[in-house]
Amino acid sequence: MSNEVVAVQRRTRGPWALAFVRLKRNRAAMASLAVFLFIVLSCLSAPLYARWAGVDPFTSTLDAVIMVNGVEVPVMEASTEGLGLGYTPIGPTWELGNYFLGADGQGRDVMARLLYGGLNSLMIAAAATVFTLIVGTTTGLVAGYFGGVTDTVLSRLLDILWAFPIYLLAISLSIVTITAGISIGPILIESGSLWLPVIIIGIVYVPYVARPIRGQVLSLRNSEFVLAAVNLGVPGWRILLRDIQPNITTTLIVFVPLMMALNMLTESALSFLSIGVQPPAASWGTIIQDGQSLLYTRPLVALAPGIAIALSVMVLNVFGDGLRDALDPRSKVQLGRT
Amino acid sequence: MKKLLLAASAVALMAGTWLAPAQAEYLQEHRGGTMRLLARSAAGTLDPHINYTSQGWQMYQPIYDGLVTFRKAEGMDGFTVVADLAEAMPEVSEDGKTFTFKLRKGIKFSNGQEVGVKDVVSSFQRIFKVSGPTSGTFYAGIVGADKCLADTKSCTLEGGVVGDEAAGTITINLTKPDAEFLYKIALPHAAILPADTPAEDMGSVPIPSTGPYMISAFDPNKGMTVSRNPHFKQWSEDAQPDGYPDIVQYDFGLSEEAAVTAIQNGEADWMFDALPSDRLAEVGTKYKDQLHIAPLSAWWYAPLNTRLAPFDNLKARQAVAYAVDRNTLVKLFGGKVLASPVCQILPPDFPGHVDYCPYTKDPGATWSAPDLERARQLVEESGTKGQEVTIIVEDTSVSRAIGVYLQSVLTSIGYVADVKPISSNIQFTYIQNTNNKVQMSVSQWYKDYPAASNFLNILFSCASFREGSDASINISGFCDKDIDAKMQKALDLGVTDQAAADAIWAEIDRAITDQAAAIGLFTPKRLDFVSKRLGNFKFNRQFDWMITQSWVQ
Repeated sequence: MSNEVVAVQRRTRGPWALAFVRLKRNRAAMASLAVFLFIVLSCLSAPLYARWAGVDPFTSTLDAVIMVNGVEVPVMEASTEGLGLGYTPIGPTWELGNYFLGADGQGRDVMARLLYGGLNSLMIAAAATVFTLIVGTTTGLVAGYFGGVTDTVLSRLLDILWAFPIYLLAISLSIVTITAGISIGPILIESGSLWLPVIIIGIVYVPYVARPIRGQVLSLRNSEFVLAAVNLGVPGWRILLRDIQPNITTTLIVFVPLMMALNMLTESALSFLSIGVQPPAASWGTIIQDGQSLLYTRPLVALAPGIAIALSVMVLNVFGDGLRDALDPRSKVQLGRT
Repeated sequence: MKKLLLAASAVALMAGTWLAPAQAEYLQEHRGGTMRLLARSAAGTLDPHINYTSQGWQMYQPIYDGLVTFRKAEGMDGFTVVADLAEAMPEVSEDGKTFTFKLRKGIKFSNGQEVGVKDVVSSFQRIFKVSGPTSGTFYAGIVGADKCLADTKSCTLEGGVVGDEAAGTITINLTKPDAEFLYKIALPHAAILPADTPAEDMGSVPIPSTGPYMISAFDPNKGMTVSRNPHFKQWSEDAQPDGYPDIVQYDFGLSEEAAVTAIQNGEADWMFDALPSDRLAEVGTKYKDQLHIAPLSAWWYAPLNTRLAPFDNLKARQAVAYAVDRNTLVKLFGGKVLASPVCQILPPDFPGHVDYCPYTKDPGATWSAPDLERARQLVEESGTKGQEVTIIVEDTSVSRAIGVYLQSVLTSIGYVADVKPISSNIQFTYIQNTNNKVQMSVSQWYKDYPAASNFLNILFSCASFREGSDASINISGFCDKDIDAKMQKALDLGVTDQAAADAIWAEIDRAITDQAAAIGLFTPKRLDFVSKRLGNFKFNRQFDWMITQSWVQ
């Protein structure tokens, strides 16, 4: 037998591949991802659904008549008993494409509005997440790396934002901008624009991202590889981009689903209070608001978007937890005030 | 005018001072018990000189009195002014500028003090001292009011309200005749309060009163207790009849849904707020015997800003008037039982009202159907097609639903429309301020008193428009000098010949409707849901349900 050492070539997996393997093994996270993707795809199909069903979910159709089981039924049913007071929108027909979830108080197809509403809710939550991550990460990186006066100023600004209760701040900003929009120099956002809730929600959550990022950067700032780069005369911006930023990427990725969930809840709350998405556009929050006056007779109008919000937030949180475990099993990154 | 006033005084004397046998009998049988009323919130300050809400005014009826008051009678009879703390209707001078009242003797406030001439004089001064919301409008015609408005704290109304302690008379001098003056002083803003009442908003502190009831406890977050005034002795059934319940407990904070359930379960007797739309069918079916529907002198309308594009164009405004389906709006309000389609400004059964509907499929007296084709044609002709329009509505379910419907209509006739619901607390002032550049909105107007001017003059006169002010009630910014002159003519004529004046008001109503400065949406009706035990429900057209004229046992 030869004493030759047999070199065994083993393909080692990179950290991303390992994380992906860990994520794939987490059944709860993968199931949540599947459910979330289903919700996203369903909402993306909103225009197709509305066209197929032949309904306009943004126009009042109080006089519409539909066929249910071969019988003509008015979308708004007048009370015929007693004093004949009030109109009740048609309830769920459970026929896809034919007022599946019934009608709202304007005679509009709730299913079509639910899909369109989901599309807006998801888009706003996603855009606000991107906004928060960009602004929060930049702030955290700059404050943590440069320290000194820069850190003091940025940290105090974050403290001021943090000092306000989130919803109070969001409501205040919304009320101020809801009628006049935002006009700062060349930037003009009209009052009915979906960008308004995006920016408002994005702003109020900046400290939630910037704070932990700043903490991580402060720690990385004193690590050997960063000190070595500094001593070699590498410019600050290059160190930030090449050495520090890659080390916080996993944290940022973990933030995405968790921020999405938070943003969805905030958007729904603002829209429910009439200071988010403006009618006749829909979001899950506005549909709950529409259903509020029908809770007694047609509870599904409010329940359906409520369930959609709860389900989306739940799966995003479960997936976010799974992602965190997969990317850094030792990580203790958490959103919220710690 | 003098003849009219004498006749009114005679009727007042005949009807007053003694109890009809039927009422006396009923009072004995049904007197007592506690009536429980519900409202989502309190009506604001308790001060009758300041409170300007229908909820407050309704509750003040069995509590406070003026020199004159609206008759406590059912239906249209409630629009009649009768003598109250005054012995009779006033003597009016030939020129119509001086009103002399003789104060009744022996009437006491709930704190035991006797009502005297000085209380009357100081009450009129107090209207200005507390900067009452109508001090600059309703009472601005009293001699000396201009000085009081300029310097509220030192208001004396010198030469305007003159008391004669020895004769027990009060003389009110006006700068010019005012046919509506008696209506104005019959409102709670001219209630007679003790002379030592502080000249400031009393907020949550009850002020002693002269009626059969007094406010004995009040917490704006919890409720109000109204109990019998121990010093009350009925002096006129028409003006201030005794009431049935011993205590009226008015609780605040319950939602409309919960209030309906409480009434169904017999835990409450009445709710102030409108019934939630999703309970109407159920209540109208299972509890129809406990429902009372009455017409209101009110107007739901959509003001169009005549000073902003696209509605600075008459054809654009006419297009909207043609396109809006009033039947759909009635549907949104709860159906034909609760509202009626309307095209003009003055409500049905109101002085000066003559049916008129020019912008409908078949123009004539009444609404028939929308004419979308004509509307689209007018939009084309106006050259405003494709312009952006924002509709500002209140953040309530009905107002929001109307806004969304109107947005659909505007879109269908060629505009790019959106609707913006804003908090009910600010919407009314927001839409009045020209700085906010509101093009279209949804609003309501409920009469203060039964006179056509209370709609037409207030909502559409040039004087009611104030650039950049939150108090520019002429929301449309409509100003037509000829129509203004006609209004003045009608106001002047009303002093001597009200019927002729009303004929002119009818012409003015038609003229403003033709200009489509605002789109009439519907005339609402009042739906009162009461407990099974509540009896003798009487609805007064001026102040709605007469609370203490109903019994609970």
